Amino acid sequence: MPPLREFQSVVRVAGPILAVSGIDDAGYNEVVKVLLPDGTVRTGQVLESRKGMAIVMVFGGTRDLDCDITAVRFTGRPMTMPVSKEMLGRIFSGSADPIDGGGSVVPEKEMEISGYAINPTKREFPQDSIETGISAIDGMNTLVQGQKLPVFSGSGLPHSFLAAQITRQARVRGTDESFAVVFAAMGITHEEARFFVEEFSETGARAHAVIFLNRADDPAIERIVTPRLALTAAEYLAFDLGMHVLVVMQDITAYCEALREVSAAREEIPARRGYPGYMYTDLASLYERAGRVKGRPGSITQLSILSMPDDDITHPVPDLTGYITEGQIVLSRELHRKGIYPPIDVLPCLSRLMQGGIGEGRTRPDHANVSSQLYAAYARGRRLAGLVAVIGDEGLTDVDRLYLTFLDRFEHEFVGQKRDEGRSFDETLDRAWDLLSIFPQDELKRIDPKYIKEHYRGGTG
Amino acid sequence: MTESSIIRITGPVVEADRMRGAQMYEVVFVGEDELIGEIIGLYNDTATIQVYEDTTGITPGEPVKRSTMPLSVELGPGLLEMIYDGIQRPLTELGDLSGDFIVRGVSAPALSREKKFLFTPSLSEGDEISGGAVIGSVPETKQILHTILLAPDLSGTVERIAGEGEYTVDETILWLKDDTGKVQKITMLQRWPVRVPRPIQSKLPAIRPLITGQRVIDSFFPMVQGGTAAVPGPFGAGKTVVQHQLAKWCDADIIVYVGCGERGNEMADVLRQFPSLVDPKTKEPLMKRTVLIGNTSNMPVAAREASVYTGITIAEYYRDMGYSVALMADSTSRWAEAMREISGRLEEMPGEHGYPAYLGSRLADFYERAGRVKTLSGEEGSISVIGAVSPPGGDFSEPVTQNTLRIVRVFWALDADLAHQRHFPAVNWLLSYSLYSDLVAPWWEKHGGSEWGTMRSDLLALLQKENELEEIVQLVGPDLLPEEDKFTLNVAAILRESFLVQSAFDPVDTFCPPEKQYRMMTLIHRYYRLGRHAVGEGMTAAEIQQLPVTARLSRLGPIPHEEFDSLYPKICEEMNSAFPGGDA
Repeated sequence: MPPLREFQSVVRVAGPILAVSGIDDAGYNEVVKVLLPDGTVRTGQVLESRKGMAIVMVFGGTRDLDCDITAVRFTGRPMTMPVSKEMLGRIFSGSADPIDGGGSVVPEKEMEISGYAINPTKREFPQDSIETGISAIDGMNTLVQGQKLPVFSGSGLPHSFLAAQITRQARVRGTDESFAVVFAAMGITHEEARFFVEEFSETGARAHAVIFLNRADDPAIERIVTPRLALTAAEYLAFDLGMHVLVVMQDITAYCEALREVSAAREEIPARRGYPGYMYTDLASLYERAGRVKGRPGSITQLSILSMPDDDITHPVPDLTGYITEGQIVLSRELHRKGIYPPIDVLPCLSRLMQGGIGEGRTRPDHANVSSQLYAAYARGRRLAGLVAVIGDEGLTDVDRLYLTFLDRFEHEFVGQKRDEGRSFDETLDRAWDLLSIFPQDELKRIDPKYIKEHYRGGTG
Repeated sequence: MTESSIIRITGPVVEADRMRGAQMYEVVFVGEDELIGEIIGLYNDTATIQVYEDTTGITPGEPVKRSTMPLSVELGPGLLEMIYDGIQRPLTELGDLSGDFIVRGVSAPALSREKKFLFTPSLSEGDEISGGAVIGSVPETKQILHTILLAPDLSGTVERIAGEGEYTVDETILWLKDDTGKVQKITMLQRWPVRVPRPIQSKLPAIRPLITGQRVIDSFFPMVQGGTAAVPGPFGAGKTVVQHQLAKWCDADIIVYVGCGERGNEMADVLRQFPSLVDPKTKEPLMKRTVLIGNTSNMPVAAREASVYTGITIAEYYRDMGYSVALMADSTSRWAEAMREISGRLEEMPGEHGYPAYLGSRLADFYERAGRVKTLSGEEGSISVIGAVSPPGGDFSEPVTQNTLRIVRVFWALDADLAHQRHFPAVNWLLSYSLYSDLVAPWWEKHGGSEWGTMRSDLLALLQKENELEEIVQLVGPDLLPEEDKFTLNVAAILRESFLVQSAFDPVDTFCPPEKQYRMMTLIHRYYRLGRHAVGEGMTAAEIQQLPVTARLSRLGPIPHEEFDSLYPKICEEMNSAFPGGDA
């Protein structure tokens, strides 16, 4: 790419987009500095380049720009960020400027923030489970190092508490080793941001956390770079320094809205609900940066949080996310109203990598059977509860009634737990057996008889 | 010739000028880094190019070089066990060159130029041959004899042929004199443009089922060798697991697995499992019959568009040798989205949901490359295509699902509700269909037994009946149902839990041989028949539920196959004595 060039020829400004004329050799994705009349500098990136014209997206927004004095400096480089071990314990803005009062980080390395795709043949298949201490996750949707498992939530639901609890409790299974945390806030409120920072400080997690904050009143377009900065930092920590990294990104919906804003300003043909047709590819370029690499000790596990507008799981953001990520944790407003924390509705939840991470030598041999039986029993309990709501419970058999008891106890005793309560895999599975033991043995069709013999605590019937 | 150069870049789409003479779908090399691209539009001397690698940093003014060749794949011995990206770059070799991450501008030949293969000629000097003729053969793996065929567009007289011996793919093995007297040197390696179907003599009707070892598929919604099937389902319904199960256990000779825009960790899973799993038919590692195309969702979108064509061309190449090939494309929706993305960048007028107007015809062209055929050399070969579809929001009315359903003959509808109960494979028995069931009935009657057709339709009717009864139960409760209907509900539950549910992760149940499927079906069917008769004689549904033989019918799947064979007559006998009139 050519070296530094400066142009004072902005010809059009529309939304977050500006057009510069007279430039023949702007590189695609090249970083630009926009020098405003009042001397401030904003960063931007080339979205389209042609002979005599470049289209630039400005991360800080286009307020106060003009077409006379504003100058655009093309840097001749793709977007990079300096990385260093010193980033741990620090807080940065959504564009990676330190905002905790500390000085700037002395870089050990410059890395391109768009990242490169991991060669699929070099990926290590993730099989080491993470103990999050949350029964609904560990028991039925086990998280594995190198997995990307988003939390589908809605406004007003306690996803922040859950995310904070997981980052606090998560342990590499079989060790006491905790995770380095990279937290990327996109469009969350000051209050939520403060909650996370305080939470990390109180629990001592802050020393091994890197925090990027783009808050609700920060420039919306900046959100397009924030997760990329965070993931670049995570890749450095994981693959260069060999750490196990947990990346928490919140809120993916705000990210997608920024994407839509840019797309609309460029007058692109939209796909669903005005979101651009390339949103799947774009989200994949974030989510696929989770994983493990053969021969390198570290891992990147992603726990993104997205709010489903109107709790609609078919909305493009959760929908495209679900097609890329390895499962999802879904929070339910109904359980939340019942006062159950964490309000995880296990039925639509899924962890695609669970099978490889559980069982003999990993968690416990009965784990897969128990999980499957819990699902079958809970699904049946829910169906019966729906039936009872319509026709009353007179026609129910004794076994049916057991399922209703199970439903209630499962939600309160298994899913429900305290905000500071961490349960080990053994505790979670034993708790499951307590509940399953209310059924006669032959109702446990999904469990191998040898495990029933070992763990069943009910009567013989 | 004046040098062509880039005049515009927007994402994966680039425009170049001074391209007069260039052809549609010609491969070009873009920029200083010589990124691989393909021409997808021409306007006077300006060409629109889709680039198969990341275009970051490319500037206007950089050169564009023409190859004068359409996008092609390399075909020859050594394809099996390989893993390629969407444009057939070998990923293992790229990893050796550029490390753990895929960087730009790196390339390696698709087929090794160093590896030697034992070639046995089957022609002699003076033979007159035409396209598709057998030149010789190479034992590619223990099971697969790789026939070296003359490229379809060549013909002539054999001037000289190499003797038996070891050759690399680019050594000359045949000197062919054409009509004009010119001698052409032929190697084992040939190139074929991916967007052009390889020619055949004729299409033949399908006759044999594609046995997959999955009960709900083989017994209820069967697929045939040379057929087309679609597996649509919302995320989490288990599309990928179904595709993996088929790739592992279906009885095709060759598997081409196209991971089109899917997850990197899933490809890693395939790469981890396939070398260690054993093909039930040949007892060889599954990898030995597999070619993988892995263009994950974060790899360049244009290469994703090309990946299904790369896959099907390789499948056609093996079909031409007379093999039965099965191709899994996971997911065709990502391919369609790649088309939409490129179409959007070209500012084409969109059709439904922003997809290009040619979506339906592209899908049809692709699926039509499947089929059982008579090849140019007179062999019979087949390609079965199984495409996953990922409808947004699980809504089957969207364009990709609907356009696919117009073409394919088997529809396995995956259902979120079933998946939530962990009923896998989550194939919805009310929505799914197979237009091949009559076609495969003779096979089943020969290999299973004469009752196959009757039992299948009885059991499907049972499930339909269950659905109707469930609706009544929703209104009046289960109590008021007559005993016969209560019993029907109980049998339907056994059929679902014991027969339709099949664990992909259970070492035994993951593959259920057709004989066992038939016997399991027989047991449940007989139980249903005898039980109904017993209810007529005054037995209650609850009494039947308490019979020890009822419990016997659950968990049949994970019983080891030999054990099941000896258990089968015992359960039959037990059933006969448990029900009144059972020996009838």
